[in-house]
Amino acid sequence: MATIQFDSAEERRSASLLGMWLFLATEVLFFGPLFFGYLRGRLAVHEAFVSGSHHIHFWLGTANTALLLTSSLTMALAVERAKLGRGVRLMLSLTAALGTAFLCIKAYEYASELGEAASARGGEAMFYFLYFAMTGVHALHLAIGIGLVAWLWLTARRYGERYSMPVEVTGLYWHFVDIVWVFLYPMFYLLERYNA
Amino acid sequence: MSYLTEGYTLRSWLTTHDHKRIALLYAVAITAFFFVGGAAATMMRLELATPAGDLVSADTYNKLFTIHGVIMVWFFLIPSIPSVLGNFLVPMMIGAKDMAFPRLNLASWYIYVIGGAFTLAALVAGGVDTGWTFYTPYSTMFANGHVVLVIAGVFVVGFSSILTGLNIIVTVHRLRAPGLTWFRLPLFIWANYATSLILILATPVLAMTLTLIALERLAGIGIFNPALGGDPLLFQHLFWFYSHPAVYIMVLPAMGVASEIIPCFARRPVFGYRFMAYAILGIASIGFLVWGHHMFVSGQSLYAGMVFSMLSFLVAIPSAIKVFNWTATLYKGSITFSAPMLYALGFVGLFTIGGLTGLYLASLALDVHLTDTYFVIAHFHYIMVGGSVMAYLGGIHFWWPKISGRMYPEMWGRAAALLLFFGFNLTFFPQYLLGYLGMPRRYHEYAPELQVLNLFSSAGAVVLAAGYLLPLGYLGWSLLYGKRASANPWEATGLEWQTSSPPPQHNFHETPRVERGPYGYDPVR
Ligand SMILES: [Cu+2]
Repeated sequence: MATIQFDSAEERRSASLLGMWLFLATEVLFFGPLFFGYLRGRLAVHEAFVSGSHHIHFWLGTANTALLLTSSLTMALAVERAKLGRGVRLMLSLTAALGTAFLCIKAYEYASELGEAASARGGEAMFYFLYFAMTGVHALHLAIGIGLVAWLWLTARRYGERYSMPVEVTGLYWHFVDIVWVFLYPMFYLLERYNA
Repeated sequence: MSYLTEGYTLRSWLTTHDHKRIALLYAVAITAFFFVGGAAATMMRLELATPAGDLVSADTYNKLFTIHGVIMVWFFLIPSIPSVLGNFLVPMMIGAKDMAFPRLNLASWYIYVIGGAFTLAALVAGGVDTGWTFYTPYSTMFANGHVVLVIAGVFVVGFSSILTGLNIIVTVHRLRAPGLTWFRLPLFIWANYATSLILILATPVLAMTLTLIALERLAGIGIFNPALGGDPLLFQHLFWFYSHPAVYIMVLPAMGVASEIIPCFARRPVFGYRFMAYAILGIASIGFLVWGHHMFVSGQSLYAGMVFSMLSFLVAIPSAIKVFNWTATLYKGSITFSAPMLYALGFVGLFTIGGLTGLYLASLALDVHLTDTYFVIAHFHYIMVGGSVMAYLGGIHFWWPKISGRMYPEMWGRAAALLLFFGFNLTFFPQYLLGYLGMPRRYHEYAPELQVLNLFSSAGAVVLAAGYLLPLGYLGWSLLYGKRASANPWEATGLEWQTSSPPPQHNFHETPRVERGPYGYDPVR
């Protein structure tokens, strides 16, 4: 059908994986300006970043980190099981559930921080701007990831020994979103925590 | 049965997955944008025919140059060669049946059109006066126009660029015909490959930077406005990190086109093939490290300026390698001055002038005198219009028989090429002089003693406009009345010429095998 350009399923698989790696390279650069903005803000208004990071919820952020890292495990297991052709739905459900739990906690955090962020001035306003922008773009990526996992769940019947490429490709994306959080978590929650 | 006769309905075009048809969809869309952007430029040159600001108000003039810049850069130049010629030719030149991701390919065209619709909406709603560079804090705090709408358009169209780049890279990696090793690839493929790398690595930075502008404008806080503790220099760094490499997005594919045309009409293999390929990669990679030359007078550190200046000079080396090698390809060749060749030679000459004047701007001290003058305008128009647009048109003529199955009228083609070359120089060479005399860019009026040169420039713009309308006319005519083209009217060596003109739906009836490198031309003795 639409895959006349490939000679074999393996060629199609390797092309799709390469495509996703390139897309992730794009994604890294997409986050780039935010990280530069953070670096510049931290250097310019350091005290505001110190006090800002005392105002956000350390324990919720930590719990979210645990959830997301676990979801990467279940996603990796989903890829393995997709290749075996059984039990993939369970792992996909767990992955989506962990991702959704992350978003719920994040939404609760946002709701409780919004008032303070709105009244913040100067450097603290910039801290909150970066915090919302960076974690917000991350959350958007995660929401898209959950949508992709849900789609995999719906089409789970198709995957087996001979064809598991969509699960693998989505897996790469999921791990990328996870890794972004691995950077965001220390930047906002940890770095200044013991700096009074 | 060719790809053109696979279906005649509008639906068959708008739902196609065929890279050749998608290329034509792009061609139609970018041509429309080209003439919108060109109309804005024509208005500007008319205004500048007299020193007083009499035809349009200062505000309208600001909107005109913004529209001209935004449309020409993002809606014409960036997609021109990669999305039209690249889309059409990359699979054919490597012996593939289609791009790696045909549906994604069609999606990127739709994304492009949606982005274009946003920008046109902003135009109709009253326009933007920030210039295509959207410098902060003006764009975030003071400008009154529809900044967010235009930014949304550019943001969306950026994804079209990214997806096209991604598609080309995967296609070149995975779908080469048997025997087609990397160093047997035509230079057009190398050029589009390198361009695609820039597309996927630079465009996302622009996308996020523009998003930050929109957020700062909407939320009233952000990281660019100094009044809010932000840093406008940060914006400039991020913007030029994209926008300098963007120049190479425009000119590398043009180099690829010239590298196909010149050997064919000189009947000589391209001189120093490997050097040409390495030079492309060299330009693409050094191009990422020179963005600071746009900021010599903006208050960045002097030491940073010195490094950026040195690196900018460095780009001249691979660029010069290319110019020398094209010239050496001509040596002892049997040259035919057909229309594509005239365009290609025009490209080499104008690119050389544009490149050499770039060295003036890369020099720290000289740049202080030349920054924001017409010298800069002339410099980058020599690269983007004299270079890229000439090469784009050269490529359109060269591959026209393949694309349409018809020959264009040769005499008209030559006349248009010469007219464009003449009109281009008449328009932009005086601008070097004007800039050197100190005429600043982006003003709708100027000192009366500069009128003579400005009149030359405006007269040139009229010639140029006529020159651009000509191909539209005779190429359209040839679609219906042109002589039928044979499979290989130029006796060229690329794989794309081994199949019929126009090609069948999946390009080749049999996957070609490649046994030797490109450009196996012999001069006629
Ligand atoms: Cu530059």
